Amino acid sequence: MTRILAYTDRISVAPGGSVQVKVSCDGLDHYHARLIRVIQGDVNPSGPGYREEVVDLDLGGPIPGRFQPIHAGSYGIVEGAPPLDMGKSFSMQALIWPTLPGCGPQTILSYEDPNSCAGFRLYMDAAGALAFQVTELQGNSDSISTGSPLFAQRWYLVTGEFDADSRTLTVFQVPQISTPKVQDRHKNSKVSTIGTFEAGSDAVIMIAAHSGCERPALEHFNGRIEAPKIFTRLLDEYEKVNPGTAEDRELIAAWDFSVGISTDRIIDASENQLNGLLVNLPARGVTGHFWNGDEHCWKNNFDHYAAIHFHDDDLYDCEWETDIEVKLPDSLKSGVYAVHLQSGSEEYYTPFAVRPPRGTRSAPVAFILPSASYMAYANNRIGIDVPETEIVTGRLVQMNPIDLFMQTHPEIGLSFYDVHNDGSGVYYSSRLRPIVQMQPRQIGHLGGVGSNLWQFNADTHILGWLDQLEQPFDVITDEDLENEGGQVLEGYKAVITGTHPEYYSVGMLDGLQSYLNAGGRLMYLGGNGFYWRVSFHPTLPGVIECRKSEDGIRVYPPPPGEFYASFTGEYTGLWRRNGRAPNELVGIGMVSQGFDCSSPYILTEASRDPRVSFIFEGVEGPVVGDYGLSGGGAAGLELDATNHAWGTPPNTLVLATSERHSDLYLMTPEDMDDPAPGLGGSEAEIIRAEMVFFETPKGGAVFSTGSIAWCGSLSHADYNNDIARITGNVLQRFLDPTPFPVM
Amino acid sequence: MSRYRLSDEDLKYAVEFRANPLGTPSPGLQRVLNLLRGGPKKGKYVLIVKEPFRRWNLGRMPESRGEPIEIISEIEYTDLAEAEWDVFKRRWKESTGQDLEQELA
Ligand SMILES: [Fe+2]
Repeated sequence: MTRILAYTDRISVAPGGSVQVKVSCDGLDHYHARLIRVIQGDVNPSGPGYREEVVDLDLGGPIPGRFQPIHAGSYGIVEGAPPLDMGKSFSMQALIWPTLPGCGPQTILSYEDPNSCAGFRLYMDAAGALAFQVTELQGNSDSISTGSPLFAQRWYLVTGEFDADSRTLTVFQVPQISTPKVQDRHKNSKVSTIGTFEAGSDAVIMIAAHSGCERPALEHFNGRIEAPKIFTRLLDEYEKVNPGTAEDRELIAAWDFSVGISTDRIIDASENQLNGLLVNLPARGVTGHFWNGDEHCWKNNFDHYAAIHFHDDDLYDCEWETDIEVKLPDSLKSGVYAVHLQSGSEEYYTPFAVRPPRGTRSAPVAFILPSASYMAYANNRIGIDVPETEIVTGRLVQMNPIDLFMQTHPEIGLSFYDVHNDGSGVYYSSRLRPIVQMQPRQIGHLGGVGSNLWQFNADTHILGWLDQLEQPFDVITDEDLENEGGQVLEGYKAVITGTHPEYYSVGMLDGLQSYLNAGGRLMYLGGNGFYWRVSFHPTLPGVIECRKSEDGIRVYPPPPGEFYASFTGEYTGLWRRNGRAPNELVGIGMVSQGFDCSSPYILTEASRDPRVSFIFEGVEGPVVGDYGLSGGGAAGLELDATNHAWGTPPNTLVLATSERHSDLYLMTPEDMDDPAPGLGGSEAEIIRAEMVFFETPKGGAVFSTGSIAWCGSLSHADYNNDIARITGNVLQRFLDPTPFPVM
Repeated sequence: MSRYRLSDEDLKYAVEFRANPLGTPSPGLQRVLNLLRGGPKKGKYVLIVKEPFRRWNLGRMPESRGEPIEIISEIEYTDLAEAEWDVFKRRWKESTGQDLEQELA
């Protein structure tokens, strides 16, 4: 199941367009490929049954399998460096803030010929001490270390140099704060055993890694690097102790990371203009050595944000070669599709949306495939890295083949639910890598007792429901909404969300809001939606940024001074902390989560209001949804409820509410201003899902369920149940163009 | 991580768990579970799915990323309640030295 991996270049394509599929096989000679439409991905024997539809399209093959590696770890690379040799003195300097000193050699700055590996580099040695190495053409090398390990999370000015007159190598590490009883200021020199090297015309300069002969980069740095410089002279003592004092004489390069923070470029401020490229998106817009708390937004004081945080597990784009180009038939109907790759018992699905051609609609209903939330959760290690998962799910954690694979292959990259190897938070997540959890048939960890589905596969409960209703629908992804705004939703009679559309950009939110403002009808069939603000990169495809500032349920808090997105300069965090609480959009907002069992809803008095009689046709009540594949009830996993203080419209009707949850359901930290006993689901009144309805100004309306588990109940008793009836009643009325009365 | 320590007072909760390992625990049993389920990653018992929804092996987690999950292939379960009770007994023994089957006999 994990010997074939793949990803596509795009997540959304119109009929007639093409998709590039990038495949890697681990020891498989050949594989077969076919295009399928995803209908129902749940393989639970108690569920509605797995269903896919094969598209009659020849993708060629059998296709020869080949291995394509993933090289995680970020670094900067500069080509076209002027030749250097040992006929003249030279020096390298940088400010560094290491995070994992002592965890293997880690490069700060290197100048090497990638063919011969001749050159020199400044690095931390295996013990975490500053070291400097010279390697000659035949591979012989000589190095010197201070022998004094650096401390983590501490700024140092580090210098390595070669004195051509005395033939000596020198290293000097200077902590920027001196601390009694901590002896980490050290200098060391020796006469070099290497007489000469010629790292000639092909030499590359790398920051935070050095060029390996077998792979693109080796011995990545973990931590922050600021203002790396190379001189063709020796630095004096004052310059070696005081950052920013080295004069610009005989400079080869001086990179200023405070320039171009939103980009993947690094700018050399010297006359040589040795500008370079960052690979695998190290974190920018992070505080540097000069940051003092006066300014919290990098746009207002670039000098305080002149550092880049590199990680040995950063990954943006695997840059695999294309193995299959799928040219989609012009007549292909909109939907969620996947290229299915198979070799014997090994298989992989790489899904994408087929959207209607730009500016057109092919159905009255649009389903928004929450691709930004899939990216946010991409390859999350909640099941394998987080030991608390058993306690919060209330049962043993089950490891499926993808979990076993991710445990031994961390190079597949991280999600917004993980921390880097050095414990720092993950700011960026991309889809230009295999996302093993984004496949039909896959089982998650947080989906509750029953099918235990999450995100992509949980959303197939909606696809399956629409399919059995024979309801034509278009699929629009988050990226389409980001790129085209509300226009992409214009004219749809109803728009349906996924089960967990948690991550929204300002463009997406504006798009959805403008659809509603124009009289659109929205069915929010999930929970914990519209929660975190994310930013798409202005030019790089397939990547989003999220910093979970202030509060909210999160695995790490970004450090002080880092609450602004590097991609766009936006203030990050919860949408409710950005003045646009989900309550304003959909009437409800996140109040609690728990991942064991779900509960039924109890209909309220308001459910008998004539305004909503269409919703409950054929529904008896008062208990609805005491069944389902996501925890055994319709109200569960993550719950939303009304809150007028956060903008729930005053015309909102609370139609039903869940009344009892287990004590594994807990309040969100953002609502827990003053902790007091009784925070669990059996006691705290705030812990409930609320099903709501309200009309919008131009004859539109919103129906929200407030529960991720809702759609797990749709297929119960062969779709003959109250949850399916309520959802279907809402859809039928929303398809009716008769405006909802405003008065 | 829980600071609670098991005593003979908790045997009644072991009886409660044995009767319904997949049920909603009483507050007293929840406190016991918070301790027994709340250990660190290294050595943590997990289930390895052999056949989804049908068959599992017992497994144990390694300490760090990159290391394989240990699969104890000679211990197999076909029922999740049975798996929960088995792991409960193992953890109880590791925590107290007591063999629960004997204690409850
Ligand atoms: Fe979430």
